[in-house]
Amino acid sequence: MNLGGFLRTFDPSNPSELAFSMHEKWVAVHPVVLAFTASVADCVSAKGGEHTGEVTNVGSLPYLIRMGLFEHLKLPPGKRITAHEAAGRFIPLQRISSTDDLTRFIVDMIPLLHASPTEVEPVRYVISELVRNVFEHASSARGAFIAAQYFKRSNTLGIGVCDSGIGIRESLSRHHTVPTHSDAVYKALVPGISGTTSRLGGTAYNAGAGLFFTKSIAAASRNYFTVYTGDALFKLRPTPPKQPILLFADAERDRHTMETGLPNWNGTLVGIDISLSKGTTFAALMDLIRKVFGKSIRKEKQKPMIRPRFT
Amino acid sequence: MIRISVYDRAGVFAENKDIAAEIREVRVGPALTAGETVQLDFTGVEGATQSFIHALIADLIRRDGPDVLTSLSFHACNRTIRSIITIVVEYSQIEA
Repeated sequence: MNLGGFLRTFDPSNPSELAFSMHEKWVAVHPVVLAFTASVADCVSAKGGEHTGEVTNVGSLPYLIRMGLFEHLKLPPGKRITAHEAAGRFIPLQRISSTDDLTRFIVDMIPLLHASPTEVEPVRYVISELVRNVFEHASSARGAFIAAQYFKRSNTLGIGVCDSGIGIRESLSRHHTVPTHSDAVYKALVPGISGTTSRLGGTAYNAGAGLFFTKSIAAASRNYFTVYTGDALFKLRPTPPKQPILLFADAERDRHTMETGLPNWNGTLVGIDISLSKGTTFAALMDLIRKVFGKSIRKEKQKPMIRPRFT
Repeated sequence: MIRISVYDRAGVFAENKDIAAEIREVRVGPALTAGETVQLDFTGVEGATQSFIHALIADLIRRDGPDVLTSLSFHACNRTIRSIITIVVEYSQIEA
């Protein structure tokens, strides 16, 4: 996922025009790139701006058309394609504008992946948490753009979610001190930190743990997870196959890169790859996350806890 | 004992926090306040998010204390849902 290279070419200096260009050969097609491009195009359209440029006939053009990119990027793709059955391969770009939209999306679109119930578990989990974050924290008037693509070679599902809202720093700064966008990303990844309260552990409605869980799902399946907001790009690097999986409440301890000074994006873009393997179960992953989460917020002098009663 | 079906309100994948908060505020909370025992029945529910479970029970534990768990039980939870409930129950007992 060479997202940094793509984002460095983004120039937000004129928000009333989208000047689009493509490399004649290498075009990034990860859903995170498509979600971002659709969101940028949508922002320009909302301001009554123009989309200019030329679509190059690259090898991946049919894919870009099928993913619905040119329904948001108002440029003629230059060719028509025969629509293929989408089952098992991708979820085309969608705008999700409400929680009801999200529920419908989960019910109607995720079955298009034709994955087993076990494989679907982390996918719908991640999509729900990421899109709900947009509704609860982003103040995005344009909703969230989402796309997903199955990569057969790696047996992973790539997901991209993008909004053009206020960004993580502005959202968190209501209750937390976050001088920079990178500070805000690190803080947002700490379990128990919510943009809705200064209290560790969140409110009755919001625990402040959605991004931590999402990052942990990527980490535990040795995959990528990335967040771009403001000028900061956080990239969780996959844990190599022979190394033990470690989950950290403090994202600064994760195997990651944090690039700053990128062109400014007011909203938030999140990308994640999830393995659709039948190896580690989602339940085992949740057990692992439980241990890390508990340690991160447990106090030194903690009373014995009452366990939930299952029947 | 009052039995509340999560599936009837939230469906096969329990992720809608508004529904979770409504179940807590309208059904679970008042029943516990009235001295009833409550069983949250997850029959038919295949998955749930931590956000949903948080909105469903965290405030009950924080507001009334961990002893509320003696009047509350969770029925027919699969392993994933059990794990998520345990996470929420544990962190809700830790005072900020």
